[in-house]
Amino acid sequence: MSNPILEVNNLKKYFDVKGGVFGRKVGEVKAVDDVTFTVNEGEILGIVGESGCGKSTTGKALLRLIEPTDGEVKFEDQDITQLDDEAMRKLRKDMQIIFQDPYASLNPRHTVEKIVGEPLLVHGMKSAEERKKRVKELLEVVGLRPFHASRYPHQFSGGQRQRIGIARALANNPKLIICDEPVSALDVSVQSQILNLMSDLRDEFNLTYIFIAHDLSVVKHISDRVGVMYLGKLVELADKDELYENPKHPYTQALLSAVPVADPDVIGDRVILEGDVPSPSNPPTGCPFHTRCPAAMDICSEVKPEFKEDSDQHYVACHLYD
Amino acid sequence: MSDVILELEDLHTHFFTDSGEVPAVDGVSFKVHKGEVVGVVGESGCGKSVTSLSIMQLVPSPPGRIVSGQINFKDENLAQASEKRMRQIRGNEISMIFQEPMTSLDPLFTIGNQLIEAIRMHRKMSKKEAKRKAIDMLNLVGIPRSSEVVDEYPHQLSGGMRQRVMIAMAMSCDPEVLIADEPTTALDVTIQAQILDLMRDLNKEHNTGILLITHDLGVVAEMCDRVVVMYAGQVVEEGTVREILKDPKHPYTKGLIRSLPKIHEKEQKLYSIPGTVPKVSMEQVGCRFAPRCEYAFDRCFSEDPELYDAGVERSSRCFLYDDNEEQEAGSHVESDLRS
Ligand SMILES: Nc1ncnc2c1ncn2[C@@H]1O[C@H](COP(=O)(O)OP(=O)(O)OP(=O)(O)O)[C@@H](O)[C@H]1O
Ligand SMILES: Nc1ncnc2c1ncn2[C@@H]1O[C@H](COP(=O)(O)OP(=O)(O)OP(=O)(O)O)[C@@H](O)[C@H]1O
Ligand code: SF4
Ligand SMILES: [Mg+2]
Ligand SMILES: [Mg+2]
Repeated sequence: MSNPILEVNNLKKYFDVKGGVFGRKVGEVKAVDDVTFTVNEGEILGIVGESGCGKSTTGKALLRLIEPTDGEVKFEDQDITQLDDEAMRKLRKDMQIIFQDPYASLNPRHTVEKIVGEPLLVHGMKSAEERKKRVKELLEVVGLRPFHASRYPHQFSGGQRQRIGIARALANNPKLIICDEPVSALDVSVQSQILNLMSDLRDEFNLTYIFIAHDLSVVKHISDRVGVMYLGKLVELADKDELYENPKHPYTQALLSAVPVADPDVIGDRVILEGDVPSPSNPPTGCPFHTRCPAAMDICSEVKPEFKEDSDQHYVACHLYD
Repeated sequence: MSDVILELEDLHTHFFTDSGEVPAVDGVSFKVHKGEVVGVVGESGCGKSVTSLSIMQLVPSPPGRIVSGQINFKDENLAQASEKRMRQIRGNEISMIFQEPMTSLDPLFTIGNQLIEAIRMHRKMSKKEAKRKAIDMLNLVGIPRSSEVVDEYPHQLSGGMRQRVMIAMAMSCDPEVLIADEPTTALDVTIQAQILDLMRDLNKEHNTGILLITHDLGVVAEMCDRVVVMYAGQVVEEGTVREILKDPKHPYTKGLIRSLPKIHEKEQKLYSIPGTVPKVSMEQVGCRFAPRCEYAFDRCFSEDPELYDAGVERSSRCFLYDDNEEQEAGSHVESDLRS
C-alpha cells in the first residue's frame, strides 16, 4: 500500500570554503553527506538534528533550490536532478517549501496579497478576482484575517510572518511540502492550530510532508516516521513511537534526554554531550559522532558505521548494533 | 527582594497606520529585579517584541511611537532618553537578542567584522585581540569550525548558527539587563541547553536581569523566576513560574497550557483555543479575550477588566478575580475556574 512519492538516494551537497587573499577554494563543507531515504505518499516524515547538521540544505537540495553535488532525487518515479529549468519550474507547483527564516524569504516590498497570490499567477490563475478570493481563503486557513492582505511583511510579528509563508506554500495545493521549522516562532496555541490544520490537509488531500523541526514533541505529534541527522548524515530512522520509546543511536538518546519539560518540578536527567563539536569541513574519521559519544569504542574512530536496518523498519548507523 | 533594575510603567506603544491607530502595547507594566529571570509569554502578535523594542527605543518610527508611559532603568526614564544616550546603553548596559537574526546581522559584512565591532565598542582591544575574542565567543556558543566561520557571511550559516552569533554578540558586553526575544527558536535541544546554561552563568556571575521572551514553556520552566503573560497588547497575568505553569488563573493562560503537545502522550488532536486574536483597535471595549473565552459573561463584553489580585504577588486581568464580582454574578463559574 505504501507508495513512495519521493526517493532520495545518496544525496550530497558540498559547499566550497574559500580563503586566503585570492579567495581560492581551500576546502569543503560537507553539509549533506550521503543521505538516503524514501517518503511515502500521504506520509509525514519528521527530521530532527543538531543545528547546522544539514536539515535545511537537504530540504533545499530536494527542490533544487540549491543544486545537489551528487545523488538522485526521484519524485513520482522521475529523477528530478536531470530536469531542465522549465520542467523543474512546472514541477514546483507540486513541490513546495516553507522556509525556515520567514523574514528573509518574504519580499519586503510586496504586500501579502502579492506574496501569496504570486504562485497562483505563475501557475496559471489569471483572473485577479479569483486570486484575491483564494488569498483571502488561504489567510483565513492559517489564522490571519482578510484585512492583512494589504499589509507588508514588516508590519507583522514573527509568528504572523511564519503563517504568511505557510499560506504561500499551500496556495497551489501541492503534493509534497517541505516544512522547515514551520511553527518554531508560534506560541503553543497557534502552533496547535497550525499542526491540526496540517494534519487535516494531509487527511483531506493526501498531502505528503517532510517536517523539519527541533521541537521533539511537535515532531512526534505530527510525524509518522522520524529521521535523525547528525553532521550531514542520517543516523537513525524509525516509526515515531518506536524511535521515541526505543532510541538506539546514542545521539538520539542524548537529544531525547535534553527536552525541557514545562513543569518546574521535573528535574531533567540529561545526557550532556561533552567533547568537541566536529566540523562539517573536516568531519571525524569513522563514526561522525565518536568525538562526543558516551558509548564510543575503539572501532568507532576507525570504521564508518553503516546505516542499516537493525530491527523491523528501524534503521541506525552505530557500531553498538553490529 | 533585591533591587529593581528595570521597570515598565503603563507603557503604550502605538502604530499609526493607514487603517488607523493600533495600540500594539497597551498599558504594560512589570518589573525586573537584579539577577532575576522574568519570562514573557503570549499569543503570537500580542506585543512581546514591540515591548522589548520599546525598551531599546528601536520601534520603527514612523509608523510606531511610544505614546506614553515610563521605562525606568536604574534612575533614568528611557522613554525620554536622547538617541545619544540610548546608543551608549544599547549593547552595553542593556543588550538584546533579536527574534530574527537576519534583521540585525548585516549581510554585507563577515561575522568576524560584526563581532569585532561589537567587542571594540565597549572594550579597548586591538583588532587582532578582538578577533581572537570573537573566535572564543563563537566556540562558547558551540559553533564548530569557528576560525573559518569568522570570515564567512551570514547567508553561509544555518539558521541556528546565525542565532548563536547574535547571542554571542549580546552577551559579550556583560550587560546589566539582557533582553532575549525567542533566543533559542532555531536551536536543537542539546544546543539550547548549552545556551541556556550560558545565560544562567551570565545571570549568576554578573547579577544580570534577564527578560526572556519565549513561547517554549519548557524553557520557561527551566529558566524563569517569574512569568508575565500577555494577550492583545496587555499583561493578563503575572506570577511565579510554578504558579503560572501549575495553577494558571487567567482563562487565556489556562488555554495556553492546555495546548502544549506532550512528548509522553499519544493524543490525536491537540487542544487549541478556539478563534483568533481580534484586530486590536482604539475603540475596543470589554475584555480582549472575551470573544474566545469559555467563561465570559455579560460584563466581559461591556467593561475593561483591570489586573485584579489573585494571590500574593499574583494578578489576573479577569472579572472572575474581581472581589466585587463574587457577590454579583458568576460565582458558580468562579468556583469552577478555581478548582
Ligand atoms: N550557502 C552556503 N554556503 C556555505 N555553507 C553553507 C551554506 N548554506 C549552509 N552552509 C553550511 O552547511 C551546514 C548545514 O547548514 P544547514 O542550514 O543545512 O543546517 P540546519 O541543519 O538547517 O541547521 P539549523 O537547525 O541551525 O537551521 C552548515 O555548516 C552551514 O554553515
Ligand atoms: N511596523 C508595524 N506596523 C504596523 N503594525 C505593526 C508593526 N510592527 C508590529 N505591528 C503589529 O503589532 C503587534 C505586535 O507585534 P509583536 O511583534 O510585538 O508581536 P509578538 O508578541 O512579538 O509576536 P510573535 O510571538 O509572533 O513574535 C502585531 O499585531 C503586529 O501586527
Ligand atoms: S558508532 Fe560508536 S561513536 Fe558512533 S554512536 Fe555508535 S557507539 Fe557512539
Ligand atoms: Mg535550518
Ligand atoms: Mg515577536
